[in-house]
Amino acid sequence: MADNFFLDNLDLQFRLERLDLREVVEIKEKGYSTANRYPAAPRNYEDARDNYRLLLEVLGDICASVVAPHAAEADEEGAQFCNGEVQYAAATQKAIQALKQAELMGVMLPWQYGGLNLPETLYQMMVEILSRAEAGLMTIFGLQEIASSINEFGSDEMKARVLPRFSRGEVAGAMVLTEPDAGSDLGSVQTRATLDEATGKWHLNGVKRFITNGCADIQLVLARSEAGSSDARGLSLFLVERDETVHIRRIENKLGIHSSPTCEIQYNNTPAELVGKRRFGLMRYAMALMNGARLAVGAQALGIAEAAYREAYQYAQERRQFNQPIANLPAVSRLLLSMRGEIEATRALLSETGCWVDRLKAYEELSSDTERAAANPDVRQKLKQASNLADTLTPLTKYYATEMGNRVCYLAMQIHGGVGYMREFNIERHFRDVRVTNIYEGTSQLQIVAAIGKLLGHALDPLFDEWCAQDYGPELAPLKAQLAEATELLKQATDVLKAQERDMIDYYASDLVNMAVYVLNSWLLLQDAQASERKRDLAQVYLAEHLPDVTRAYQSILNASAAPLQARDTVLGAAF
Amino acid sequence: MPHTRPYHSIVLVKQVPDTRNVTGEVMTKDGTMNRSALPAIFNPEDLNALEMALDFKDRHGGTLTVLSMGPLQAAEVLRDSLCRGADQVILLSDRKFAGADTQATSYTLKCAIDKIGPYDLVFCGRQAIDGDTAQVGPQVAEKLGVPQITYAESIIEADEAGIVVQRAFDLGTELVKCTLPCLLTVVGSANQPRPASARKRIEYKLAAVPAEYPGLLQKWPEFGSEELLDKHLTERNLKITVWSAADLKVDESQLGLAGSPTQVHKVSYVVLETSESKDIPATPEGVQALIQELIKEYIVG
Repeated sequence: MADNFFLDNLDLQFRLERLDLREVVEIKEKGYSTANRYPAAPRNYEDARDNYRLLLEVLGDICASVVAPHAAEADEEGAQFCNGEVQYAAATQKAIQALKQAELMGVMLPWQYGGLNLPETLYQMMVEILSRAEAGLMTIFGLQEIASSINEFGSDEMKARVLPRFSRGEVAGAMVLTEPDAGSDLGSVQTRATLDEATGKWHLNGVKRFITNGCADIQLVLARSEAGSSDARGLSLFLVERDETVHIRRIENKLGIHSSPTCEIQYNNTPAELVGKRRFGLMRYAMALMNGARLAVGAQALGIAEAAYREAYQYAQERRQFNQPIANLPAVSRLLLSMRGEIEATRALLSETGCWVDRLKAYEELSSDTERAAANPDVRQKLKQASNLADTLTPLTKYYATEMGNRVCYLAMQIHGGVGYMREFNIERHFRDVRVTNIYEGTSQLQIVAAIGKLLGHALDPLFDEWCAQDYGPELAPLKAQLAEATELLKQATDVLKAQERDMIDYYASDLVNMAVYVLNSWLLLQDAQASERKRDLAQVYLAEHLPDVTRAYQSILNASAAPLQARDTVLGAAF
Repeated sequence: MPHTRPYHSIVLVKQVPDTRNVTGEVMTKDGTMNRSALPAIFNPEDLNALEMALDFKDRHGGTLTVLSMGPLQAAEVLRDSLCRGADQVILLSDRKFAGADTQATSYTLKCAIDKIGPYDLVFCGRQAIDGDTAQVGPQVAEKLGVPQITYAESIIEADEAGIVVQRAFDLGTELVKCTLPCLLTVVGSANQPRPASARKRIEYKLAAVPAEYPGLLQKWPEFGSEELLDKHLTERNLKITVWSAADLKVDESQLGLAGSPTQVHKVSYVVLETSESKDIPATPEGVQALIQELIKEYIVG
């Protein structure tokens, strides 16, 4: 077993080195004036980056020495439900204890609430490292996103009361949205919030289902505050501090992430506090909350993929058939190369998206401060650009990272052959764990819905145009030419699809999303290709593997016909 | 454990070469060890001692001072102690301390503890993995004139009358009651040392002794000069205290090599060789014969 899950991951260190967060950190640290007030606050950008590295080193150490060695036990024992209470597996409890002792909880909260004011991109890196060690534990750690949302939308009084408890690791969070009849369609949530006009207090009644870590002390609950309403505009977000009126009815028996309890919750006249404004619950707050969580799930899938790749790589080196390690066989090395290319592409994509989300938040902070906004006249324009890109890239990243995670785990098991199908090897756990990533926090199909509108509006073109205008040197010129051509195909396909009817767009949306994400990743890898010979070869492998996918999807959109849609009635509707 | 009062603890720690992975290249011909060939680490049982002291402080409150004697590089284990939760750290470093045996070492530590002031508990690791003498802790207790509890595994309770400690042996455990102040030597089975805190790693990354300033300035040129760096660290309580012989009330003849009665008489270089060996044929019969022999010789069965 490796000593440190950060120090043994050269690609992750490469990403940290290349992060472009200078402007973001400068804004977040208020021109580094925070350094005089908080002992851990950075003095300048280099200092901040050094701090991030230290933080990831501490986490990498704990993950390798405390978490990963007991991941199989955490999976085997799983979270248990007894006497109305959820109990974490022993290995999970120990892992949480170590994370608390290392003061790694609540790190993205601002300094005044006891956090480390960490950018989102760094937080995603932490999630990746942790998920590589134990995918289920990530849901408990990752739900600190709840704290970030309270920080973003809660009142000052609520923040001062609740957030320091997150930083001290005393409380965990849960995001309570889904109901038996409101899954992807959250607008139909039925849980009732009633306001007692006399006391001004809210109370919740209803049942929630599939709630990850629903036993958490602090819950953000989506409920219907506007009697008689039936859509998203009647929903508000509430903060609940768990008490005896919150009844955990059962936990689910799942395929994977066994250490993470998935709860069914009943609220019986539960006291609740309104977060932000009425009617903004889903449209504004829950959407923002889910956007953060979507990137975290992408990072989770990436961490699982990294773990699976390492298992497969090691096995392929050790397993001898035909008088040689199977890794030498072209058929096997192709699988390994394909996995490696997808993993490093995803890491580049997550970083790019994370940086735009960080910029968005930084510009929001700037523009909300009259004085600082006045000193930055272009902030409105920058905010608009960052918002547009963050909104487009987030669903694309969630979609690609989680589908990639599934592909990598599938191939990693394939490389193991028969033994990979057995419980004794870790790969079957990764295979089970990764499966939920492209389902929860919005299925892949929903991510496509979220991205398609933006893509049809050519949202990514400014990025492509900027990258296309750069010089990559003579050696990379042929790759760049291929990629520029693929980018043209994407732009053409966008306009072709845009001219179609709504149903046709929805039917062929996945083709356009695939094109966009392969082109996007290829550009990102081409940027990296200048850094080293290895990265150059990796870019070549990735483009050779995936540019044909771009052409295929282009053909699909260009030749799009209504025939498949009509076949719904004849093929699926008729007796079979 | 009922809450009693805050206690003042001192933990003695040592930086040692990592002798757990000694390879051929590390040993010299005369049987001594080439220390520079091994990574310098926090002596493992000293980490257990620190953990026991931290846990005790978590429960009762109080202060925790970590003391180490060694070259200036030993500042590293003190930084590590700060990152795990020590309140203050002191490095005892002076050429006059060099070459000390357990007698001179324990004398120097005793003098430093006198300077620190009143304390309730002194924690040490049972022994260091380089010398393996297990003598320094007990000798410090003797020189301080306080009772000692060796092989301590856990502190069961603490009240006005003193503490109850569980001692660990190969064949069982023993509970002992002791008045305060006293000294404990802690065994490796006592606990799982906590990880360093990420926040403290960041807060204390500049914590240094002056000898480390040139290295820090190279990494952080913005400080400009050693004087300005020193000012920055002093203001933020990040300058690691170094005490030399002149800072302590000591009889110099009892320090370092001069104060060390121990002399190494002879070092034997033991090379393990397989003098007897036996070939077992890789056949069912060969294996069966081996099993029969092992059973007959009462090695298995």
